[in-house]
Amino acid sequence: MPISRADVQHVARLARLALSDDELDRFQRQLSNILEEADKVKRLPTEGVPPMSHAVPRVNVWRDDTVGPCFTQEEALSTAPAVEQGRFMVPRIIEDEP
Amino acid sequence: MTATGPFLSDLTAHELAERFASGDATAVAATEAALARIQATDEVLHAFLTVMGEQALDQARAVDGARSRGERLGPLAGVPLALKDVLVTKGVRTTAGSRILDDFHPPYDATVVQRLRDAGAIVVGKTNLDEFAMGSSTENSGFGPTRNPWDPSRVPGGSSGGSATAVASGQAVLGIGTDTGGSIRQPASLCGVVGVKPTYGLVSRYGLIAFASSLDQVGPFARDVRDAATLLEAIAGHDPLDSTSIEDAPTDFTSTLEHGIDGLRIGVVKELLPDTLAPAILAPLRAAIDRLERLGARIEECSLPSFEYALSAYYLIAPAECSSNLARYDGVRWGLRAKDPTDVVDMMQRTRQAGFGPEVKRRIMLGAYALSAGYYDAYYGQAQRVRTLVARELDAAYERFDLLVGATSPGTAFPIGELVDDPLQMYLSDVFTIPVNLAGNAAVSVPAGLVDGLPVGLQLVAPVLGEALMLRAAHALEQDLDLPKRPTDVIPMLRDLQEAQP
Repeated sequence: MPISRADVQHVARLARLALSDDELDRFQRQLSNILEEADKVKRLPTEGVPPMSHAVPRVNVWRDDTVGPCFTQEEALSTAPAVEQGRFMVPRIIEDEP
Repeated sequence: MTATGPFLSDLTAHELAERFASGDATAVAATEAALARIQATDEVLHAFLTVMGEQALDQARAVDGARSRGERLGPLAGVPLALKDVLVTKGVRTTAGSRILDDFHPPYDATVVQRLRDAGAIVVGKTNLDEFAMGSSTENSGFGPTRNPWDPSRVPGGSSGGSATAVASGQAVLGIGTDTGGSIRQPASLCGVVGVKPTYGLVSRYGLIAFASSLDQVGPFARDVRDAATLLEAIAGHDPLDSTSIEDAPTDFTSTLEHGIDGLRIGVVKELLPDTLAPAILAPLRAAIDRLERLGARIEECSLPSFEYALSAYYLIAPAECSSNLARYDGVRWGLRAKDPTDVVDMMQRTRQAGFGPEVKRRIMLGAYALSAGYYDAYYGQAQRVRTLVARELDAAYERFDLLVGATSPGTAFPIGELVDDPLQMYLSDVFTIPVNLAGNAAVSVPAGLVDGLPVGLQLVAPVLGEALMLRAAHALEQDLDLPKRPTDVIPMLRDLQEAQP
């Protein structure tokens, strides 16, 4: 299979997904199948062909640097699962000084 | 039959507009008809995730009031519309079909939603979809599948299956979907309605919950081409809030609809209409192409060999963009958050594990893999170069042809559950629609007839900003085919409903 179980575990970690053992097995099988199909892209000769990242090429879309309407702090926080003192609240990230 | 009272939502928007103008119908009556149809059928069909009954009726009353005062009204004034639940609506629950956004009430409206309001359309509700628009059957919704009104044991297609079903069944007159790899055209084909994938950049993506930003495009569903063109006019046009939005794009798609197709050069793309298709599917599509020829078009075959690689390229590019776009669902700013986390990484991992369904996880994994160190150039980079070749071949074809034509989907609606455990087979549903998204071109699926009682659509493809010509050809074909369109005349499950009415 083009992708190992360890690869699946590694990618799940990168993607911040706590997959179950069952899912790791299933995804190894399914992703392998899909990647075998995706491998087709390698068969087309593309030497000297530039990559295309967007359907309509655009460079530096500017606007005037003026203040327009924007959310209030209350609106911006209104959808958050946890808020404290007008801010998004998350579990502690930085440990106490030793 | 007479389309009055409970059957008003079976009319097209232009038929409704005539009745509103002559005083034979009101926006409230049309909205009530749509809501009654939803009430009568949605337990089976499950096209809607949120029905906006009260807001819709308030809006309809406002339209009727404005009309009675002689005020200038928008082109869609009083017309019931179904909105795919991937466009944000201020204060109205918006889920993207995902449990991770189960209780998300956005603080703003998408630009498309604002434009629909300005045009006077009545949004009757938010429709079901494959989670984050990833899928071809609407079975990947976190809230259960939508059923095809032609045969409720079958899928309506996807990802915009809810909006396609709503329009096909008279739950609404018009619908809004999004198309990243075929998510408007394929359900339009499977539900027997018109579906337009506009040129990338013609319609604003501001307030569209992103799946693959370089491919996503908002577009209309309708029961005829004139309605689709009118709806596209209402939502198209530059938006400073979307930096990929095209400036000075044409936004008149209705005035040339009747101009016919005499002398138009149309290429039949071999890769979009292969001989390997089931003969039953090929027959109505070839017959439709013959009609285009009789209407004066010059038909010739052509081959675009890079299309064979488009599906593979798409299933690297779209997941790569999705893995990046969906990183934002981390339990911090919106939606679900896992309980009692040990630390912030644990919170994010368990939130995403609980909130995302299997297809979304699969695509995030695929994308993260294609972008990861060691694989980036072989997969993502190579897919981007294939994308260039697809776009170049299309551009070369437009030197010989005004439009291209082919099948929208390899088959008719398939049974619910049939492909759900075989993601690769499900992906193949999009094999004819994907090349257009890669190149940013415009395309429309227009009903071509029935195969064993199930609809099949013909796909017309146009160069960037070629919508007016494309819709003109679609309109000519539709008028010539003259298929019955009213839901109560064609949808078997609605016949009982019709008989039950006094």
